[in-house]
Amino acid sequence: MGFFLEVLIGGLLTGVLYSLVALGFVLIFKASGVFNFAQGAMVLMAGLALVQLIQPTYIGLWHFVGIGALVAAVAGLLVLRVLRGGTFAVVKGDWRVHLPMLVAVGAGLVGGLLALAGGAKGWPLWLAIPAAIAVMVAVAWVVERWVLRPLVNQEGIILFMATLGITFFIDGFSQTIFGSNVYPLNVGLSKDPVFLLESVFDGGILVNQLDISGAIIAGVLVAGLAVFFQKTRIGRALRAVADDHAAAQSVGIPLNWIWFIVWSVAGIVALVAAIVWGSKLGIQFSLTFLALKALPVLILGGFTSVPGAIVGGLLIGAGEKLAEVYFPALTKYVLGTAMPGGIEYWFAYVLALVFLLFRPQGLFGERIIERV
Amino acid sequence: MSAPAAPAIAPVNVIDVANIEVIYNHVILVLKGVSLTVPEGGIVALLGGNGAGKSTTLKAISNLLRSERGEVTKGQIHCRGERVDGLTPNDLVRRGVIQVMEGRHCFGHLTVEENLLTGAFIHGSKRRQIADDLEKVYHYFPRLRERRTSLAGYTSGGEQQMTAIGRALMSRPTTILLDEPSMGLAPQLVEEIFDIVKNLNEQERVSILLAEQNTNVALRFAHYGYILENGRIVLDGAAAALRENEDVKEFYLGVGGEGRRSFRDVKHYRRRKRWL
Repeated sequence: MGFFLEVLIGGLLTGVLYSLVALGFVLIFKASGVFNFAQGAMVLMAGLALVQLIQPTYIGLWHFVGIGALVAAVAGLLVLRVLRGGTFAVVKGDWRVHLPMLVAVGAGLVGGLLALAGGAKGWPLWLAIPAAIAVMVAVAWVVERWVLRPLVNQEGIILFMATLGITFFIDGFSQTIFGSNVYPLNVGLSKDPVFLLESVFDGGILVNQLDISGAIIAGVLVAGLAVFFQKTRIGRALRAVADDHAAAQSVGIPLNWIWFIVWSVAGIVALVAAIVWGSKLGIQFSLTFLALKALPVLILGGFTSVPGAIVGGLLIGAGEKLAEVYFPALTKYVLGTAMPGGIEYWFAYVLALVFLLFRPQGLFGERIIERV
Repeated sequence: MSAPAAPAIAPVNVIDVANIEVIYNHVILVLKGVSLTVPEGGIVALLGGNGAGKSTTLKAISNLLRSERGEVTKGQIHCRGERVDGLTPNDLVRRGVIQVMEGRHCFGHLTVEENLLTGAFIHGSKRRQIADDLEKVYHYFPRLRERRTSLAGYTSGGEQQMTAIGRALMSRPTTILLDEPSMGLAPQLVEEIFDIVKNLNEQERVSILLAEQNTNVALRFAHYGYILENGRIVLDGAAAALRENEDVKEFYLGVGGEGRRSFRDVKHYRRRKRWL
């Protein structure tokens, strides 16, 4: 019993990570109808940015300064935008036309200098995490401005192809800058195993502390997102856009702005996934293909459901671990010979296939409200 | 824009559409030179059958056209003298022009109250003002107050129409482009909604451009009417005059002239275009 629970908990905690990646998918799919294959690459990007900022010795000083400048420029522009009540609009011919550009350049210079100063020992975590968020916001802005906006009103498959392009661009471009090493990420989460419920079971249940802190971080993130979506004006607008693009536009909700926000939020979710996953296994380029693991999660949970992404992730995480451990024993019992493992690699996909056959909308798929 | 002399005499037109042509998908010509004006505080009805181009005209003004791959290729649209074709729907809502789309288009998974609040998006976080506006909407649509916590998707057609109009009101509009509010509603409800619209027009001084198939009701509530056929305006005049017009009676109100007439006697421009 203790062993079973151990496997189950281990699986569930892996599932948390799948959930985090799937969550990013769901957010973007709901708000813009885009199936964002690049979510895995965004996890990679976020992880690399964070690692580089914390431990700058990995890359050349000038790259680091460049990143610092970019981050600062984006932060400066965002601050400007917030201060101006969400608009860059200025009087024509006024010197203020150039204000955003001036702010960007100025902030970039300051950021570059800061990076130069901090380059020798890396940025502290409290500075590096907001900076990594700024990087993800910059990615969101670039994607919205240069990919989504020109492709507005195109078929879903075209947008999907575009995100495939983004995936491989991010993947390749990151290798160009950072090389293809595996970087350990240490944000101070303890990796020591602990024993739980020692009084109930003989020897207790062995759980990695990192997994537990990961689950807590993910839980906080999901709770935060729930509040954001339910209680804030922007969250409400996001839900409105998810429901009906045209109507949202008609009441003056600017779709471009909403897309930018939702990609930024997905970027932040990716950063959290990167922190948890990276602490466990290091930041490596195979993170890009986490997207493939999120696919069955989405099919299980439903493409448009946030709770679905979470439950789907947990189910698949737990299911594949249990199958991996117990399937050989089962085959031995039934067939007489134990089949080797490896079920972990295809379990999720077969489960997704079964779901596609019997419940294509997934567990929590769109509750379609239709009145005639 | 306007002549400097005597600004007090010339009434301001909130909407001024001059000879616009609209093409969908680069090939389908839907509007072939439509001009109309909406004076401040007026209710103007845009009438016509299916596919005449009523909705397209409204979407050209509110600029929701672009997201349907439509494009204004000729002509100009002015709003209080400012040229507005080329602005985004968001810009227009900020200038007080908002469209209530055909078929209600409520956010089904949001509650009625959340639906209303999305209408205040452009006002950011002015809590006081938004709370006041919400109160005002509930004052005009008491029925919505009862349903405030229901998901809009589960409310009746009439309530959805009210939600859609209320949502538009939350943006503090000066002009509402109202597309087919009567669609799919019982006559009694149509009457109720039009009464409220009339009230809004009189008490809140909201100008209204109304696209309607229900000519009868529309002409009773509007001050002025335009009749659109095949992307062209074929007739316009004060609502009262249009109601008495023989052609309008025959083709739109369904009350024929005296006796049965041969199709051949009907003037050619009044006939529906036929092939062969």
